[in-house]
Order: sequence, then structure tokens, then C-alpha cells
Amino acid sequence: MSVLTRRLTRSWTDLSAAERREALAGYLFISPWIIGFIVFFAGPIIASFLLSFTRWNIVGTPEWVGLANYERIFTQDPFFRKSVSVTLRYAAIYLPLEVLFGIVIAVVLNQKLRGIGIFRTIFYMPFIVPKVATSLVWVWVLNPRYGLLNTLLRSLGVDGPSWLSDPDWVLPSIIMMSLWGVGGSAVIYLAGLQNIPDQLYEAASVDGANRFQKFVRITLPMLTPTIFFQLVLGMIGAFQTFTPAFIAAGRTGGPLQSGLFYMLYIYNRSFESMRMGYGSALAWIMTVFIMVLTVLVFRSSSYWVYYEAERKRTR
Amino acid sequence: MSAHSTTRWRPNLGLRGLKVFNNVSGYSVLLVLSAVFMIPLYWMFSTAVKSPQQTFAIPPEWIPAPAQWDNFGQVFDEVPFGRFYLTTLFLAGANIVGHLVSVTLVAYGCARLRFPGRNILFLIMLSTLMIPYQVTLVPRFIMFAKLGLINSYWPLILPAFTGTPFLIFLVRQYMMSIPFDLDEAAYIDGATRFDVFWRIIIPLARPALMLVVVFTFIDVWNDFLQPLIYLNDPNMFTVSLGLSFFQGARETNWNLLMAGSVLAMLPPLFLFFFAQKQLIGGISVEGLKG
Repeated sequence: MSVLTRRLTRSWTDLSAAERREALAGYLFISPWIIGFIVFFAGPIIASFLLSFTRWNIVGTPEWVGLANYERIFTQDPFFRKSVSVTLRYAAIYLPLEVLFGIVIAVVLNQKLRGIGIFRTIFYMPFIVPKVATSLVWVWVLNPRYGLLNTLLRSLGVDGPSWLSDPDWVLPSIIMMSLWGVGGSAVIYLAGLQNIPDQLYEAASVDGANRFQKFVRITLPMLTPTIFFQLVLGMIGAFQTFTPAFIAAGRTGGPLQSGLFYMLYIYNRSFESMRMGYGSALAWIMTVFIMVLTVLVFRSSSYWVYYEAERKRTR
Repeated sequence: MSAHSTTRWRPNLGLRGLKVFNNVSGYSVLLVLSAVFMIPLYWMFSTAVKSPQQTFAIPPEWIPAPAQWDNFGQVFDEVPFGRFYLTTLFLAGANIVGHLVSVTLVAYGCARLRFPGRNILFLIMLSTLMIPYQVTLVPRFIMFAKLGLINSYWPLILPAFTGTPFLIFLVRQYMMSIPFDLDEAAYIDGATRFDVFWRIIIPLARPALMLVVVFTFIDVWNDFLQPLIYLNDPNMFTVSLGLSFFQGARETNWNLLMAGSVLAMLPPLFLFFFAQKQLIGGISVEGLKG
């Protein structure tokens, strides 16, 4: 830090009067963000860290309890274990499916056809409307008796499960709901597809490659950076999943807490039972987990992500 | 993909025949897939115009006859839906104003003024994108509670006036692409820094600012967690919060609940329809921001 301040002050004294005026204007222009950073970001993060060592229900004064919250979370909180397992299982099933469906829809949307914009809108639509509304639609679609899905299954002679009331089917239901919003990822894969140079495909055609070979040898490797970012964002997204779980599984996480996503659990502890310290500790665990995960994934990326720029460098 | 396909395994149709074949197969895949995606929406819409008896008919009526169009009016009678609508519009408007002020100012400072520490501050700003905002939720709530602002709209408005890193980043990138000669020429003509900002940069950055408006509107309109935390009085609810309240209160009125859902989806869809091109471009930038 002292190196930083020295460098700052040294460059400040080196500045001419006009440059100083420009610098002052610069600080003035970015001051809204600086205020926001201190008041709504850095301050709360430090406060959250300190609060995680206290017991406090917002009235009265916080009571310092040291590591007790963390100890309790890791050793005797069954809901913590449940919510981590729900969230990780969701991510483990949902993310591969998201990549698969996202790429399939992107490939289909990448055709040069008249009216393709309408189809793009159809797939993208679930992604931009309120999650509360789409979740409610799915709760109704999944209604065991009158819902659309079980009606369709019944006409095929299958007795559908009771979806959101059955602990074994809550997670599959929520995964299905999320996949309905896969158009959001498809748009990003579509941008990735459109960045692949045509010459690669032309050269492959000259060499006699068929569609499938081109997809596996050109499209997929060229998409790995996009897939990689989507997986990182998707993993973070799994830990932030809140609204579909709240609406579909219910405030407390549904039957046997089978839909108790991690964020829902943070919400319950912090704002339903008003345990600010415990909730902060839960939030900090999530933050550290996400940051470690992000770093790990970025470190490992060179083993399987293909970057055009890297190839140029090694040549 | 279709443009690069080989003809080897296909019947010999000639070039035009091949194109027709590709188009027909392309459209059929698209139609089947989009039908699958549209079915839940159709189910929502058809339920929204059913009477209670039609709603719980077995087998279901695929095309409700007669259609109960006044369900859409009844939603406004059963719950203060009109109020929810106005509240959410107001919040979206306030956040758009906040973002337009803060994001343009900060982005301009980052993009076109030189000051010591600029790069470090910009890096700090980008690194905040990596930290989940949920960790700030509890302390923010406590802060607003101590200020006596729970059950008011301030917690849902004030942060917008300090900008949002992702939007600042987006607009800053756009402002970087505006030629610096324009600023120089204006300074020579005696313009102040604020003149340059207001008369040159802002008008030229309009496409990026459109994105700020659209993103902000959709985010605020769809937000659920923050209104849920900060608002207790049903008369102050947003559309999303009101819908979830409606679900809890009247578990069985699925036709009205679906009518409410249709109404909740209309504004973002309407906006999306008009801003589609810019929005999809901007979102692909967002997806790769990493």
C-alpha cells in the first residue's frame, strides 16, 4: 500500500497545473462510483465479515461469539449440509444439460433463414420476463392433477409423479424450469459460433470432412472459451438461485427441504429468523467458495480451453 | 452450419434443390423446438382466459370456450395490481434516471480523463464483478434498517445513483471508441470539460445509453429478492412481489394467477421487441465479460 501511495503522490507532484485540473475533474466524475463502492460494497463486505463472528437479531447489540457460527455451520447444522448438497446436485445435472441444449439451440439459430429473428425471440423470451411469473407458470404446468405435463403423460398412459410435492422430484422439476430459460445461454453460444472464421469450414470441406466431423473438430474446440465462461458463470449462478426455489419449492425449501438452495437458506436464516450473524457467516462461506472456484477454474483452463491468441504465440 | 455442408450423402438435387432441402429441414427443426418452448406459454395464456370450472376440467380444455377475457380486469379487482404496476414502473424509472446520471459520469471519467490511480481504480471496479453481491445483502439491510428506510423505496433506488460496475464498463468501452480529436477540437474552441461531456460524448454514446436503459428496466422489473427483503406493506409491493403474495393468498385461483403472470410479462417483452438488436449484442458482451 505504501508503494502505491508513494507512486500516487510522486506522480501528483510531477503533474503540471493543467494536468492537475484534469485529474481533479477525473476524480469528481468518478466520485459517484467511489461513494457507492465504499457505502454499498466495501463497507458492507467488511461489516459482513465482522458480523459473521457475532450473534445478533438486529435489535440490541451484537454479541461477539468468535468462531461459534462457523463451528455450528460445519459441525451441527443439517440444513447447511442439505442446502450445499441440493445446490451442488442441481449444478452437476443442470450445467452439462445447459451446455448441450444451449449449443444445440445456438446451432439451429445460426442458420441463414428468413424470419430467424422471430425464433431467436421465442427462445430468448423466457429469459427476460420476471422469474416469479415463469416460475408460477411452471408450478401450474407441474400441478399433479390439473397440470399440463401430467395431462400429457396421462394421454400416453403414464402416471406422472407429483413433481413439486414429491421430495424426489423437486430438484428435477426446478432443473426443467431452468432449462426452459436456456435461450439466454444460447444467445451467447450463438455469438461464439458467429466468431468462428468461415475459412476453417471451407478448408475442412476441401479435405472432405462431413458435417459431424466439422462440428467435433472445428465448432466445439472453437467454442471452448465460451463454454468455459458459461460454466463459471453457471456455477456461480447455481449458488445465487433464489426465485425459482422460493416460488416452486416454497419459502422453507419444500418437502424435506428438497429444494433448499443455498441462497434460499441464507435468506431464511438472515431475513426470516433475523439471525444477522449466522446469515453473514453463511454468505461469507459462499463468497469464499465462489472465489476459490473461480480461481481454480481459471487456472485449469489452459488444459482444455482453446484460445486463438495462444496458438499464434507458440507458432 | 448449413452454408458449409457437403453434399456427399444427399440425393443429387442440384444447387437450388439442395438449398430448398436445407431450408425445409432447418425450418422443421426450428418449428419443433420452438413449439416445445412455447407450450408452457400457451398453457399460461389459455388458463388466463378460463373460468374456475374450465381451469379444473379433466381433460383440460385446450381452447377455452367461451374465453373469459374479463379475467384480466378481475386481477385488478382482486389484488391492487394496478398499484403494483405503477410502483414497479416508478422504481424502474427512478433506477434508469440514477443509472443514466451515475454511469455516464463515471464512464466518462474512466474513458477520457487522465488522473493518477485511474487504472488501479478501474481494476478494482472490474474485480467487484467477481464477488457475489449476496455477501453485501445483510449489512445493507442493517444499514437501511438503522436509517429507518425499511418499507420505503429508498433502498431500491439509492444504489442506482452510484452506478453499477458492469454498466459503467459497458459504457466506458463504448466511449473509448469515440475519436479523441473531437475533444481536442472542442477544447481549442474554448469548451469546458463539462461541455465536451454533455455536448459531444453523451450524444455520441447514445446506443450504449439505450442499453443502460433497457438493462436497468428489465433488471428492476424482474427483481424479486430485494423488494422481498425491503418491502412489507402489500400496498407498496412490486409486480413480482405482488404475484408471489397472490400465489400464497389464493392457492386455487390459477386462472387469475396466470392472467397476472401474462400482465407481468408484457412490459419487458414489449421493450425487448423494440430493442432486440441492441440487447442481444450487449448480452453477448455481458456473457464474455469474465
